[in-house]
Amino acid sequence: MDLDLGVRRPYSRRGFLLGALSATTAGVLAACSQPSQPAATSAPAAQPPAAPTKPAAAASPAASPAAAASPAAAASPAASPVAKPAASPAAAASPSPAAAAGQFSASNPPPVQNPNKSFAGATVIYYGDGVGIGNDLDKATAQRFEQDTGVKINVIPRPQSATDTFAQYQRFFQGQSADLDVLMVDVIWPGAFAPNLVDLGPKLGDATKNHYPGIVANDTVGGKLVSMPFFSDFGTLYYRKDLLQKYNISAPPKTWDELEQQATTIMNGEKGSNPNFTGFVWQGNAYEGLTCDALEWLASSGGGKIVENGKCTINNPQAVAILTKMKGWIGTIAPRGVTTYQEEDARNAFQSGGAAFMRNWPYAYALGQKDDSPVKGKFDVAALPASSGQKPVGTIGGWALAVSKYSKNQDASIEFIRYLTSPEVQTYRAVVGSFVPTIPAVASDPNVQQAQPFLANLADVERVARPSSETGENYNQVSTAFFQAVNNIENGQDPGSVLPQAQNQIQRLLG
Amino acid sequence: MTRQQKYVVGRTLFYLMLVVIAIYLVFPFYWAFRSSVTPDNQLFSTPVQYWPTNPTTGNYQLVLTNGNFLRALANSTVVAVSVTVLSLAIGVLGSYALGRFRFPGRLPVMYLILSMTMFPAIAVLGALFERISNFGLYNQLPALIITYLIFTLPFTVWVLTSFFQQMPKDLEEAAYVDGCSPLQTLYMVMLPLVAPGLVTTGLLAFIGAWNEFLFALSFIQTPDKQTVTLALVNFATTTAGGFEIPWGQIQAATVIVTIPLIVLTLIFQRRILAGLTAGAVKG
Amino acid sequence: MSVEARTQLRTAPIVVPTVHSDLVRRQIRLSYWLLLPSLLVVALVALVPLLQTIAQSFTNARLASARPVQFIGLKNYADLLTDDAFRHAIWVTVLFTLLTVTFEFVLGMGIALVVNSNFRGRGPMRAAMLVPWAIPTVVSTQIWRWMYHDIYGVINDLLVDKLHFLPSNVAWIADPATAIPAVAAVDIWKTTPFVALLLLAGLQLIPGDIYEAANVDGANPVQAFLWLTLPLLRPAIVVALIFRTLDALRVFDAFYVMFGNRADTQPMAIYAQQNIVAFSDLGYGGAISVAIFLIIAVFVITYVTIFKVEQS
Repeated sequence: MDLDLGVRRPYSRRGFLLGALSATTAGVLAACSQPSQPAATSAPAAQPPAAPTKPAAAASPAASPAAAASPAAAASPAASPVAKPAASPAAAASPSPAAAAGQFSASNPPPVQNPNKSFAGATVIYYGDGVGIGNDLDKATAQRFEQDTGVKINVIPRPQSATDTFAQYQRFFQGQSADLDVLMVDVIWPGAFAPNLVDLGPKLGDATKNHYPGIVANDTVGGKLVSMPFFSDFGTLYYRKDLLQKYNISAPPKTWDELEQQATTIMNGEKGSNPNFTGFVWQGNAYEGLTCDALEWLASSGGGKIVENGKCTINNPQAVAILTKMKGWIGTIAPRGVTTYQEEDARNAFQSGGAAFMRNWPYAYALGQKDDSPVKGKFDVAALPASSGQKPVGTIGGWALAVSKYSKNQDASIEFIRYLTSPEVQTYRAVVGSFVPTIPAVASDPNVQQAQPFLANLADVERVARPSSETGENYNQVSTAFFQAVNNIENGQDPGSVLPQAQNQIQRLLG
Repeated sequence: MTRQQKYVVGRTLFYLMLVVIAIYLVFPFYWAFRSSVTPDNQLFSTPVQYWPTNPTTGNYQLVLTNGNFLRALANSTVVAVSVTVLSLAIGVLGSYALGRFRFPGRLPVMYLILSMTMFPAIAVLGALFERISNFGLYNQLPALIITYLIFTLPFTVWVLTSFFQQMPKDLEEAAYVDGCSPLQTLYMVMLPLVAPGLVTTGLLAFIGAWNEFLFALSFIQTPDKQTVTLALVNFATTTAGGFEIPWGQIQAATVIVTIPLIVLTLIFQRRILAGLTAGAVKG
Repeated sequence: MSVEARTQLRTAPIVVPTVHSDLVRRQIRLSYWLLLPSLLVVALVALVPLLQTIAQSFTNARLASARPVQFIGLKNYADLLTDDAFRHAIWVTVLFTLLTVTFEFVLGMGIALVVNSNFRGRGPMRAAMLVPWAIPTVVSTQIWRWMYHDIYGVINDLLVDKLHFLPSNVAWIADPATAIPAVAAVDIWKTTPFVALLLLAGLQLIPGDIYEAANVDGANPVQAFLWLTLPLLRPAIVVALIFRTLDALRVFDAFYVMFGNRADTQPMAIYAQQNIVAFSDLGYGGAISVAIFLIIAVFVITYVTIFKVEQS
């Protein structure tokens, strides 16, 4: 068996090896020599061409006068006619910026009130919103802050997924890294991260009087104010007002039974023309979103708030009743697949015209009103239903700002947070980015109400918080036990047997 | 049936099967392409549109003018090429020894290398993170290059070992008789023979490194160091709260990312073919 | 020469005689040097972190927590033995592994055989083979998830509306009965190319003359496949089986994107991740990881024994 050694080789071994070696070396050298600079934010021209201007215009349908005015008025000192109480946030009465309509655009953030220049020269690393409208506003405000105080802010966009962000922070804290100064935290994280966060009470305690007490309480763990409210979110009911009209339904449902009836009526009517039409969609997948939806079911029916005063309370007759009712919706007024839906799945079903009702966060409003949306102008937002005799509720979502205990620039960081959570900046973000405010006065500002019309309808809805502060480090485990239980009920198991088990499981976690 | 008829029927069935296999492999990719040129508001409609009726290039524009994505492509290329070259280099040396020589500890070493793949990645993540930080490699591409070896090296070594084992020893003996040292034998005689193994493992290592997500997510912090998989899940959204999934952009980016890989394969496949028919073992 | 004789390729490695001659000693030394880079990599990126994880499994360590870490011996392992969720996770993982490895092997073998033969369009066919493997898992799972959608999905549209195979839409992902086969189908689609490529590389090493001789001897294609191809492919088959099984037992991405943290479809790796990341429980998570390692080791040992990998 001889090999024909004289065969012509299709490639030169030497050439291949040399080429490969040099490629690797070049690659590794290139990789090492790239200076590891977090995305610098000082360059005002650093706005990527197409992306931000489109959403900035879309996200605030009411801000068209603003967009028309002068988006290019970047460096013009904003003629801020706001006669605001200077350094005493204690005058929380009405810090409403009575700014003219032309003031609000993405590139024109408000100036810092009473800028504290004593930290000029420091650099603060800010782990802010993910890429998109949030990141754009972060960069604009960071630039303004540096302009006014001399403190440089490095804005780093967090991963889009909240879970990935959580894991990132965990790694930073585990390593006690100084690479993190200011961080955006989900409303359910203060309890988990409290030991690693600075107490903002001494410096920002007074400013918290401006904000909704419920949210501030959520950000306070063991008496420490570990984070400052940044923007909020809450569950709402979206409904097709054109369909309600078509079937002579005068008002959106006030009770869960009414919802069921209205959905059934509409479905029966629409199924002829659209066999896939469904009545009600929500976030039914086994994830944190389901905890939000299920908390609303429970709290609006007298079923408690999952954990109260250190005790898990989910196994009660009202909870069993409402969850049994919900189980009955699946396959009737809700598609079987709703047990796998997250926010986008529900939004897509509703926005494409395939659902009569949807439970979702306010973000879906702007998207539904875009010009290319099939349901533009045909829907509206109302409070979620409640069982008769109970008040409507909405689960609190949103994000807050915190300072890492291992930061080397804690005071400068706190000043940055003071600016970002100020009423002026919140108004700016509410109008330009449709971020839901955490300050009641901002929520009633006419400009904000124009940008977010649904806020007026929902001013009276009780905001309920998930038990994250109470359960602290164990929140994720508690929530997982809860949403897995609800998901099992959705998939057919009997609430009467699932709830006691889950309650025991959660109670064991609480100790 | 006559022989002629049997042949025709056989051939037809064969091509039919080819078509079915091709559709099975490529259909989801076609679906991604279709979604990438469909305007957002028509993506979720019934009845299902198999052919895009209003194609738009908006998503591609968004993705390509986004400086982050192009940079991510460059980063991924650097990492994937480096990992491939490194694992082939290290792997060839090791599997030559494991495949052609007997020495004490041979079996334990093989199983040791295999055992690298027996732990779930999530388990070693924390410890690796600490190691990376200690060496000052956090948020640097070399962190990925080194840690990706954890999954490319084992199968490279195992596949190449089995290839080396299959090589007839006549050639080797001839080389020794001619006075070649073992290394020269490897370089001049064995390497060309295991070419298909090199190309296969190289290709698989490249794609494995290209598609890796968890380590990239954990060791990279800033957008300028992101790899393609990270960039894919972090496209700009227009609304607050982080709920929106920019589906159109993701599909467009998927198409952009997959096409070069296919082209690369087409090129490499010809080389394999040429090399093999030239040096095939004859009975 | 008969077919059998010709297939006795002299492929055994150079056998080292027990009396260590000079050359042999040099070869042994060379072997160690050749292996040094591999071993260094293993030690650095695998061994040390592994040992750290094992050590942590005997403690009550938590991520990013100020609580002092205490040694608690085998408590985590004791809890693991009575953990229903973990037992269910094992079952889910094993079921998934059986489904995927079987189908991937059969399909991969078929595709490799087909692509190995000569026909027009071979190049594009090979390129098409790589398409599933080339798309990142997180993205391809999203694409499939979208195709499985109970209302807007293409699969339901085809099966129910166009081909009338099924009476009504199926909620592939939601329904517990179809959930695991659904995610298995995604994995099969994605990694069949991996198996096919490995087998193809092995196929291309088989000299074509063997088949000619078999034909002359009167063997039909099926016999040729069973008695010639399979035995000659054995090393490639074993490698493909081992690595696919290992990967399937550690599956994570596909399940995570498809199901999230749904209780009834959690494989072992997701359960480990949930404990380590979401629950910050390093100790228990470490114990789960060690258990996964042991379970995988059992599979590997089984394979090795059955296939007697290290023959001669």
